[in-house]
Amino acid sequence: MHALVAALDWHLLKERIFDPNHAFAQALIRTVLIAVLAQIFGVLLGLASALFQMSRWRVLRVISYFYVLVVRGTPLIVQIFFVYYGASLLLGFDLFPRSVNFGVVSIDGVVVAGTVALAVNEGAFMSEIIRAGIGAIDRGQMEAAKSVGMSYGLAMRRIVLPQAARVIVPPLGNEFNGMIKNTSLLAFIGVYEIFLDAEQGYSVTFKPVEYFFAVSFWYLVLTTIWGLVQVQIERKLGASDRAEDEGFMQRFLGITAHSLQR
Amino acid sequence: MSSTDAPIVKAESVEKYFGRNRVLCEVSLEVRRGEVVCIIGPSGSGKTTFLRCINHLERIDGGRIEVNGHLIGYRTKDDGTLCEDSERNIALQRTEIGFVFQRFNLWPHMTALENIIEAPIRVRKVAKKEAVVQGEALLARVGLSDKRDAYPGRLSGGQQQRVAIARALAMRPALMLFDEPTSALDPEMIGEVLEVMQELAKEGMTMVVVSHEMGFAREAADRLVMMDDGVVVEEAPPAEFFSSPREPRTQQFLSKIL
Repeated sequence: MHALVAALDWHLLKERIFDPNHAFAQALIRTVLIAVLAQIFGVLLGLASALFQMSRWRVLRVISYFYVLVVRGTPLIVQIFFVYYGASLLLGFDLFPRSVNFGVVSIDGVVVAGTVALAVNEGAFMSEIIRAGIGAIDRGQMEAAKSVGMSYGLAMRRIVLPQAARVIVPPLGNEFNGMIKNTSLLAFIGVYEIFLDAEQGYSVTFKPVEYFFAVSFWYLVLTTIWGLVQVQIERKLGASDRAEDEGFMQRFLGITAHSLQR
Repeated sequence: MSSTDAPIVKAESVEKYFGRNRVLCEVSLEVRRGEVVCIIGPSGSGKTTFLRCINHLERIDGGRIEVNGHLIGYRTKDDGTLCEDSERNIALQRTEIGFVFQRFNLWPHMTALENIIEAPIRVRKVAKKEAVVQGEALLARVGLSDKRDAYPGRLSGGQQQRVAIARALAMRPALMLFDEPTSALDPEMIGEVLEVMQELAKEGMTMVVVSHEMGFAREAADRLVMMDDGVVVEEAPPAEFFSSPREPRTQQFLSKIL
C-alpha cells in the first residue's frame, strides 16, 4: 500500500487536474457540447415519441412503441457502434463522412454519429418520462382548455406541458447527469472526448491512476455544476405553488443523494 | 323572449354509449335564447354526459345537436352522411359555448387574471391590453378584483369557481353550460357561486345548469328537465314542476330531495 502511494506521479496528477493541456481542454469542450446537443435532441425526440404514443392514429403509436422497445432493450454501446458503422452500410452511402463542413465550422463525422446515437438513445428514455409527466396532469386541464376553444396543440403547449414540465424536470436532470457520463462511451468509436484523452495518456505512460483519477475529477466537476443548475431550474418552475422554499443546500443535497442512488 | 325565436340549443334524439352501456337514450331538448334550463335527476342519469355532449367533450353516437344553428362535432359530407368535424371547427364552435366544471379546472400555473385572459388572447387574438381590461372587469363582476394576481392554489373553492365562470365568460359565449358547479364546494361557499349565476341569469344569459340546488332551480330557472336512466322523464316550469309533477319517477325523486 505504502509503495503504491509512493509510486504515484504527483506532479502529473496535479497537472491533469489543475493545469490540463490544450488537447484536454478541447476534449472537455467537445464532451460538454456533445452531451448538451444529444440531450436537447433527445428531449425533442422523446416529446415527439410521447405525443405519438398518445395519438389517436395507430401507426404513430406502433412506431413509438417499437422505438422505445428496441432502444431501451439494447445496450447503448451497441447502438453507438451500430449507428457509426452500420447505418452507412444500411443506407448505401457514407452517412458520417470523415468531416462535415458547415460554412466556417467543420465537424468530424464521428462526432455527429456519436451525438446522433446518444440522442436516439436518450429519446426513448425521455419518451417514457414525458409520457408519464403528461399523464400526471388531470384530464380536466385539457378539457378546460378545449372548452374555451383551444386546439389540441395550443392546449398542450400552453396548459398541459408547462404543468408537466414540473414533473419532467427532476428525472430529466438525472438523465442529463447520465448523459454527461455516457459520452465516455464514444471513446470506443474514436470521438476525442475526455475519456479517450485519458485513455491515450495512459497507454503512452502506463500511469492509469493519475489519468483516470483526474478524468473522474473532471466528470465530477461537470455533474456537480449541472446539479447546481438543476436546483435553480426546479426552483423557478415550482415558484408559483410552493409555500416556503426549502434551503438551497437541502435541495442540492437531496438531488445529489438521489443521483448517487442510480 | 318570444318562443318563435330559433332555439339556441337544439338536441334531437341524442344517443350515447359507454362501451355497451347506453347512457343517453333519444334525449331531445330545445333551449331558447335567454332561457335558463336546469337539468336534475339522480346520479348516473346521464345529465352530465348530456351537458358534455353539447360542446362535444363527449362524442355522440346518434341523433344531432345544434348550437346557434351549427351542427356540433359533425359535418355533413357531400353524399349527405355525417362525419366528425375537423378539430379546428370543433374548437371554433366551442368558443360560443362557455363550460363551467364541477371541479373548476382552473390552470394552476396561471394567476386568476391569466386564467381569464389566456383564451381571448390566444384563441380570439384580442390585444393583451384590451384582454386585461376585460379580464379585470370580469373579475370585478364576480367580486374578486383583489384576487387578480393570486394563483388558484391560494383561492377557496368558491373563489376558484367564480374565476372559472369569469374565464368562460371572457370568450363572450352565447350559451353557458354549468356542470354541477356547486357540488364540490363547502356549504358556506355555495351561496357566493349561486349569486353570480343568478346575476348572469338576470342579465339574460342563456344557461343550461346541471345541479342539485333546488333553491336555484326554483328561483332562476325558466324550465326544469328531469332525467333518469338516460331519458328525459319530464319538463316543466319550476312552479308546476315542484307543485304538481306528472311522472311518478319525478314525484319519487322530489320526495327524496325536498
